[in-house]
Amino acid sequence: MTGLPGAYRPGSTPLHRLPAGAKLALLAGYAVLVVALTGPVSALVLLGASLTLAAWGRLPLRATARRLRLLLVMLTVVAAYQTWQRGADVAVHVVGDLLALVLAALTLTATTRTEDLLEAILRLLSPLRRLGVRTERVALAFSLMIRTVPQVLEIADETRAAARARGLERSPRALLVPMALRTVAHAIETGEALDARGIAD
Amino acid sequence: MIDLDGAGVEVSGPDGTRTILHPVTLRLAEHRIGVIGANGSGKSTLARLLNGLTQPTSGHVQVDGLDTRRDGPAVRRRVGFVFTNPSAQLVMPTAVEDVGLSLRRVEKDARRRRAAALQVLEQHGLVDKADVSVHALSGGQKQLLALAGVLATEPDVVVADEPTTLLDLRNTRLVADRLFGMRQQLVLVTHDLDLVQRCERVLVVEDGRVVHDGQAAGAVAFYRDRELSR
Repeated sequence: MTGLPGAYRPGSTPLHRLPAGAKLALLAGYAVLVVALTGPVSALVLLGASLTLAAWGRLPLRATARRLRLLLVMLTVVAAYQTWQRGADVAVHVVGDLLALVLAALTLTATTRTEDLLEAILRLLSPLRRLGVRTERVALAFSLMIRTVPQVLEIADETRAAARARGLERSPRALLVPMALRTVAHAIETGEALDARGIAD
Repeated sequence: MIDLDGAGVEVSGPDGTRTILHPVTLRLAEHRIGVIGANGSGKSTLARLLNGLTQPTSGHVQVDGLDTRRDGPAVRRRVGFVFTNPSAQLVMPTAVEDVGLSLRRVEKDARRRRAAALQVLEQHGLVDKADVSVHALSGGQKQLLALAGVLATEPDVVVADEPTTLLDLRNTRLVADRLFGMRQQLVLVTHDLDLVQRCERVLVVEDGRVVHDGQAAGAVAFYRDRELSR
């Protein structure tokens, strides 16, 4: 349950030590490069580069692949569709680029403490402060989002188990309605906790 | 010192208004105060009035003379709140960041804040969990961490709403010892009739009214009699 893809793993690789702001800038530049370079060869080279980067940042590749099963299934469908519509070259290009970007992004989050990432985002947003944007709030929203992903996954697991216990696993209503309700209830509880801790004051 | 002055809570629903808590006047000055009562009796509402999470629809609630409605932020700085479900209370991805969030108001510098947060975790025996995902902690560890986050800002009062209901025996003991060991005034809402014996004063809530107010042993006996004869 705990192994989210790209969850932060403490370490001391050069990638870990690089400041979060620099890593964000590099990722942005890398994304531009990935989009700019077209063709299957560059896609494979970039994918290779991303894999090297991921290994260098000690991203657990096998576990990550397991957690990304859904994405991999989706990419297979995309690859099949692209091969049929536009040929194998385009399929390799599209899927290779996507995977390269996902891996690079996961490497960023796996080697960067959320707090450092937030500080970097705060600094990036600081010019907006003059326009009246409350950047602290924006940063808090980012971290709440990161924290909420495993919680929503857990709610989904529990709802599925509850439906199965009642023999309703084939009913989408028995899954979706309680899941939506519980997710909203959780959001309300989180809001109350923020209030109680005086974070919104 | 917490004062409730004719504080009551009503909610309006589709079938008219419903009284959750009838107006009650209380002065809560004892160091350890327990609140017991059946599910839906209104004891959580009473607890939530104390730090302004719920506002009274009649009367006032004051903490050290500060009104929960008018001086909300100041009251919340004085009164920490521990929820039943720590997963809802812990809002940051890792333990050290969650405590750091509590410290944001007093320590602006990120590096010093992290150091201060680590110190808080050390005091609570959680320093080895500093960079662990909050999600990966056990229920007991989560509740201890939630309490650490509340105590990090040094409030004067801690209100705990069934803080041990989701915990096993050992963790109940751990969390309870932490609660009863702290210097802060404690208002403890609980179903644990052994635990509540450790309070100096215990309120029994039934159908939105405080029906008994006195020493723990008497209150628990009263509650047992009342509930079992219903």
